[in-house]
Amino acid sequence: MKESEALQRSGSEYNFGSYQRLEAIYNWMDTLVAEHPKLVTKVLIGSSYENRPMYVLKFSTGGTNRPAIWIDTGIHAREWVSPATGIWTANKIAVDYGKDASLTSLLNTMDIYMLLLANPDGYSYTHDNDRMWRKTRSRSPGSNCRGADPNRNWDSGFGGPGTSRNPCSDLYHGPSANSEVEVSNVVNLIKAHGNFKSFISVHAYSQLLMYPHGYSCKDIPDMAELDTVGQAAVKKLASLYGTRYEVGSICKIIYPASGGSIDWAYDTGIKYSFAFELRDTGLSGFLLPANQIIPTASETWLALKHIMEYVRDNPYYTQH
Amino acid sequence: MSPALMRVLRVVVLLSAVRGAPLATVTLPPVILEPVPLEPVPVPSEPVRVDSGADQNISIPINTEQQQQQQQVSLDVDVMLTGELNPNHYPARRAAQVVLHHLNTRYGSPYWWGALRQVHKATAEALGDSGRKYSLEVTLQDQISGTKETCTAEVVFPGGPAGGPPQVTTSYEGKSEINTQAQEEALYNQYNTSQNLLSGHNLPDSYGHVAPGMEPFWHLGGVASSFVMLKESSENTLYNMAQVVSVTQLATENNQLRFNYDVLLHEMVSQEIIHWKLLASWSPQEGVKASQMELLPKCHHCEPPQEH
Repeated sequence: MKESEALQRSGSEYNFGSYQRLEAIYNWMDTLVAEHPKLVTKVLIGSSYENRPMYVLKFSTGGTNRPAIWIDTGIHAREWVSPATGIWTANKIAVDYGKDASLTSLLNTMDIYMLLLANPDGYSYTHDNDRMWRKTRSRSPGSNCRGADPNRNWDSGFGGPGTSRNPCSDLYHGPSANSEVEVSNVVNLIKAHGNFKSFISVHAYSQLLMYPHGYSCKDIPDMAELDTVGQAAVKKLASLYGTRYEVGSICKIIYPASGGSIDWAYDTGIKYSFAFELRDTGLSGFLLPANQIIPTASETWLALKHIMEYVRDNPYYTQH
Repeated sequence: MSPALMRVLRVVVLLSAVRGAPLATVTLPPVILEPVPLEPVPVPSEPVRVDSGADQNISIPINTEQQQQQQQVSLDVDVMLTGELNPNHYPARRAAQVVLHHLNTRYGSPYWWGALRQVHKATAEALGDSGRKYSLEVTLQDQISGTKETCTAEVVFPGGPAGGPPQVTTSYEGKSEINTQAQEEALYNQYNTSQNLLSGHNLPDSYGHVAPGMEPFWHLGGVASSFVMLKESSENTLYNMAQVVSVTQLATENNQLRFNYDVLLHEMVSQEIIHWKLLASWSPQEGVKASQMELLPKCHHCEPPQEH
């Protein structure tokens, strides 16, 4: 595992095998950009409800508006292994470009966008107030309860099954679709860009790789293809440590869930839309030991890479 | 041909709707869940004494608002799948999770804590007014030793508005390979004392770390929590223990070590974190028992919402 240890020590001594506070993550992003200036730029996409900047790391070797892959981590605040995996992955992409032939060929024709902290207010709250917080921290008129579930706030079956209209619920969908600024910031970027080919959202826990829909259990037209890609991806994931993942649509595998990000992405024409639920299956749950961060990120990378290579090798056009 | 998968409809139903009512066809537009008034839940008539060395007597009413929230979300009923089920889909997995909670109440200990590893086969049938029955073949795994075992099980979710805990029977006959007896007796003897009673908190902590020597009490908390999770389970829930907030040993009584536990449960369908207190007693001979189980309000520093 020497290579992994070497990766641990790069990035100006950022410890990839630990859970860091928001400030440390933001500092590290600047370090990554400074170390890989030709590949990585930091893009401000807007602010959170409590005015924290939201930054996307853009991996690009040039071109104009190349077909792109979107990856977000940390949308649910308590799912710490998700942004931890995102950080390791961002570093891996930066370090392996130019060394890994497949990744290099991918980045020579496509861009990768990574939103590492999709819910910075929530993430900060889990460090200072409530480790089990899930939602954003927006205020709801007429209620003392804060926050909406940012993964029920997208304009895809909004307000449908698997959501709540009670602001105190952990599944509160918010007053309207895109009411959460954390969500609208992403929606605006994706729409303005117009050329995303894949949208991947990373959560924890349960060890699942899912595709749309959550708001309906009816099979999507591309179900067979996405299922095949997913099955191959989790096979590669399992090859590292034997970690078992299940594959299926959100609605069937875990539960009906409306207003979710990958449903929205798919319905806007981004065919290769997937959601990960990372380790574990409930033993530690949200409190995954830090010594599992790098194993989780390493195995997940194999699945991510498979999906990204597939996207690279299967270009398509969407009519808008 | 295999038994018909009677997928009637994916709908959102009101609590007051009759279960099993035939539903129309195909896809409906998404329907917003309506808040539904619950029947009033009785408040305990006298304060529960928690003899934990803590300096308060706590009287805790059951939180109807919390239950109402859970009901609001979890009432999206994937109506009436019967026959052969896909073992990887959630109806089978939820029923299988109930089996594991049952097994933990029977066989769990500080050194045996079972979890669901895989569902191989699942079927479901309606029992009319008596609810629904799942027949399952599952592989379970002890989360401590990693030992796996396959067994069959039946889970009956009672019907009717009163509900009630699921009833579980299994073919599992007890831990076969791993012998935890020596460890259990060592732990029992170490803590069978009236002095230096154990206490701990945040197992695991925010970073997933369990303090050295505390793992058996993390495991015990998980096993004891299965008593709660079993009785709280339905076809619309999937429970795991999220964290032991605190554990405080009480004096041994009737040869049982006793511990007050404060735990957070994660209910996957509503995504709620639910706070319970319970009293766990354990000995190698008697296994684990849980009593004085109490639901606590969602958060102590929150004010209740102005609606409802």
